[in-house]
Amino acid sequence: MIPVSVNRSDSETGVPAVDSEGLPDHVSEAEIRESAARERREKLRQFVTDWQGLTGLILVALFFASAIFAPVLAPYEPNAIDIPARLSGPTLEHPAGTDQLGRDTFSRILYGGRVALKVAAIGVSVSLVLGLILGMIAGFGPRWLDNLLLLIFDTVRAFPTIVLALATVALTGPSLWIVLTIVIVTAIPQYARVARTATMSLKNSDFILAERSLGAGTVRMLWHHIMPNVIGPLMILAAMEVPVVVTIEAGLSFLGLGVLPPTASWGTILNEGYLVIRDTPWMVIAGGIPLILTTLGFTFLGEALRDIFDPRMGKGR
Amino acid sequence: MTLYLVKRIGLSLAVIFLVVAVLFSLLYLIPGDPATIALGPRATPEAIQRYAEKMHLDEPVWMQFLIYVGNALTGDLGVDVFSDRPVTAIIGERIGFTLSLVFAGMGWAMLLGIPLGCFAAVRPNTWLDRVTGVLSVGTIAVPSFLVSIWALLIFAVHLKWLPAIGAGEPGELGDQAIHLVLPAFAVGLSWVGYLARMVRASMLEVMGETYIRSARAFGLRPRRIVYGYALRVAILPTITLIGMGFGGLISSTVFAEIIFSRPGIGKLIFDSVMARNFPVVQGGVLVATGLYIFVVLVSDLIIAWLDPRVRESL
Repeated sequence: MIPVSVNRSDSETGVPAVDSEGLPDHVSEAEIRESAARERREKLRQFVTDWQGLTGLILVALFFASAIFAPVLAPYEPNAIDIPARLSGPTLEHPAGTDQLGRDTFSRILYGGRVALKVAAIGVSVSLVLGLILGMIAGFGPRWLDNLLLLIFDTVRAFPTIVLALATVALTGPSLWIVLTIVIVTAIPQYARVARTATMSLKNSDFILAERSLGAGTVRMLWHHIMPNVIGPLMILAAMEVPVVVTIEAGLSFLGLGVLPPTASWGTILNEGYLVIRDTPWMVIAGGIPLILTTLGFTFLGEALRDIFDPRMGKGR
Repeated sequence: MTLYLVKRIGLSLAVIFLVVAVLFSLLYLIPGDPATIALGPRATPEAIQRYAEKMHLDEPVWMQFLIYVGNALTGDLGVDVFSDRPVTAIIGERIGFTLSLVFAGMGWAMLLGIPLGCFAAVRPNTWLDRVTGVLSVGTIAVPSFLVSIWALLIFAVHLKWLPAIGAGEPGELGDQAIHLVLPAFAVGLSWVGYLARMVRASMLEVMGETYIRSARAFGLRPRRIVYGYALRVAILPTITLIGMGFGGLISSTVFAEIIFSRPGIGKLIFDSVMARNFPVVQGGVLVATGLYIFVVLVSDLIIAWLDPRVRESL
């Protein structure tokens, strides 16, 4: 425990007793480091003993590995056609069966994971950055700007995602870039709202007021002092957002409004499987499993991270 | 309350206005001739000519927008490019199928999810609580369109218990109800999880309150305490959740309608996208979005009515 010095305690003088380095004099630097390390160890222990968090981590690692190493792992070319072997169930040669053109479903799933990973990585990171910036501007800027941004966020959120996607694709035609745009535009308000609330609560805190009185510029205050305090909850939100993004991509590709055939995506595999559902169940089964594993993995991981780093957000949401 | 009411309704109207503006400007954000974009590359010159006249494309853009808003306010959402029928009439025929699906899906999810959450909260850390917890995350994580496809595979194609497509014969309620079962199951499944978790979390909080302890001390029966006193307060965050999640519910309804060939608004929008029938897409999207905004508004007003603190926040 921290030894309390008897002679000049903080409570008596009302002024924290500090040494030359600005640390409270009754706590050495080594003790602070020790305490921080203990907290880190405690959090790590909390994480590895939580079976949901570990399962999530394993599934997420599997998702990344299978997508990145797809060319190495896939037993066949994803678009190699083999008509005589069409619509087969799982066999030794084709562990997940084949589709209506005799293409190996397992290989196509592995390559489909690359599309999902691409959309998730680009979509989540871009919307996180834009949402962070807009949220900080809304929280830090003048009242009218805040109200305007909130109105815009509300408008974007008023569209059900798939409905907005349908309206856009009706005019532009399907493409991966439209999927990405929809994902980014619809995700920004969520990050922005969290960043805005956190920024507003920091805006009038002592260290920001002190900084302002020393003449620091707005960008410096936001970038160096607000952002590090705001980004934590956003990262957890980002982990929870991955399943949503992957589902939107698969859903739009399923409707034929996202990735176009012959490119393999979990959505196009499900779409082709849906068309032959009366002949073989294997394609819709094989196309759905990776989708479920990925969403489960990121949900478990995100919840475990949230419970450890941000207990205030509670288990229920 | 009146001030809150006025402000909140004003905000909803502003959002609807912006939604209309977005839908309108989509046509102009995309480079090219609006009539050609709206009707697609296969449209005949005559069709383009007719569309240009109907949409007043020869007027300046702001004038077109005013005409569009004015028409929308009087319930005129334009006409179907192919059949020349008013979009409002087409939507009117279809919206019943969407609303019945939304209510059925949400209804069974509430009937199952809310009691599950209560049971789990009353006996925390028992096997029932744990099973509910895992099942909740499980149902939330499975995308609803996948539930639709797999439900179709299992119950319609494989077991042949229920019909796979359509909405049943018009006028025969029994047949229509049977056709509603699978889509409603698919739409509601993830909501069982959401509701159970939300109710459990807020119930746990409420059950620790002193007035619950007093009720216990007075010797009220546990069932009465849970359903009569605790649930009343614990249901509040759930109402917000239902309002906010309604957009997701509409999205999964769109998928369920397409997968089960149910002739609702979602299927209408999708078919019109495929046929490049933009006036119908525009109208359908406007109605679906308006419905969502309306539900969020109603849930916010209910919360403000039940909980006076909320009224200060706007």
